[in-house]
Amino acid sequence: MAYCSYCGKQADGDHAACQKRLSVIDPPRYCAECARRMVVQVTPAGWTARCSRHGEITSAR
Amino acid sequence: MTAAPEQVDRSTDVVDVAREQVLERGVGLTEAQVLEVLELPDDRISDLLALAHDVRMRWCGPEVEVEGIVSLKTGGCPEDCHFCSQSGQFPSPVRSAWLDIPGLVKAARQTADTGATEFCIVAAVRGPDKRLLSQVRDGIKAIRDDGNDIQIACSLGMLTQEQVDELVAMGVHRYNHNLETARSHFPNVVTTHSWEERWDTLRMIRDAGMEVCCGGIIGMGETLAQRAEFAVQLASLEPDEVPLNFLIPNPGTPYENYPVVEGADALRAVAAFRLALPRTILRFAGGRELTFGDLGAKQGMLGGINAIIVGNYLTNLGRPAVQDLEMLDELSMPIKALSQTL
Repeated sequence: MAYCSYCGKQADGDHAACQKRLSVIDPPRYCAECARRMVVQVTPAGWTARCSRHGEITSAR
Repeated sequence: MTAAPEQVDRSTDVVDVAREQVLERGVGLTEAQVLEVLELPDDRISDLLALAHDVRMRWCGPEVEVEGIVSLKTGGCPEDCHFCSQSGQFPSPVRSAWLDIPGLVKAARQTADTGATEFCIVAAVRGPDKRLLSQVRDGIKAIRDDGNDIQIACSLGMLTQEQVDELVAMGVHRYNHNLETARSHFPNVVTTHSWEERWDTLRMIRDAGMEVCCGGIIGMGETLAQRAEFAVQLASLEPDEVPLNFLIPNPGTPYENYPVVEGADALRAVAAFRLALPRTILRFAGGRELTFGDLGAKQGMLGGINAIIVGNYLTNLGRPAVQDLEMLDELSMPIKALSQTL
């Protein structure tokens, strides 16, 4: 992974706070491959996040 | 050596006063009394929560109302609500999105499958335009055509009388429009519209016969006195439901560096709002995951809360619905059935 999907900055570095937010309350907002902001749709049981370059990812649940 | 607990004067202690006033007579606390509750020391919290729970059981009963919510139109909002990641005025990472009708139908079905009786359709707008209302109308029809009889609420911003009438005609039974915070604090939170404009929409909703859902967010820099002011202002509205949110400091918003509300303060707020609003549906809403974690959520449920949002929120994630449903089962709290609400 090249970029943090919470803050959009380069993944090397301290992203502990970002990881905590992603694990508790936030879907990914930035594409991990290119750091583009993604279009995110949250629904009661999951989420989808779409990067215009790298396509869509979805929640496991 | 541990200091002896301070003696409590039973004639003036606000918990005892509330026991007689709220529990026995069903009269909500005054602003000054709510403030006293919010200022109680930590060692009184368990007494306070026990009383708030008794009040909820006495005046509302044991059932818990379960609701799911979904964002029909996300982001790009022209308003500047400082807590909101969907405002187009802040450099938030949230991008605009529209949920299509099949997606809305699926979300409603997922919500109904949890046993929820309420499904709230939300849009990040100042107020609905024709396109949005048309989408809501088509969405409600599609949900019904799917065989789903869950009750439908909407939250679409400020309304005109004509729009209120349209929503009634669509069968929307409850409308959410939060006052968000105390009237005295509102101008610090929102500058693009006024507290009074929100109030006007709420009165129209009530007068049209829709149920009124109106709450707010704790932790937006308000003082405890303003928190008390807000509880009593809500009580004066006599809402059917009050969703209680705790600030999620979202990146890019003016409040991104605000601290998460401390669990003890949040529990005092839960109990205080219950004691100000003994008969209202008091719903755990956004932010409880950060503020409370798992343990605190149970304490809140045993401290006056009688409704929850299950699953995810609009742009943030919640706990999986099954976790909350298991918690209710563990607490022996029955989920309100649809048949009781129709």
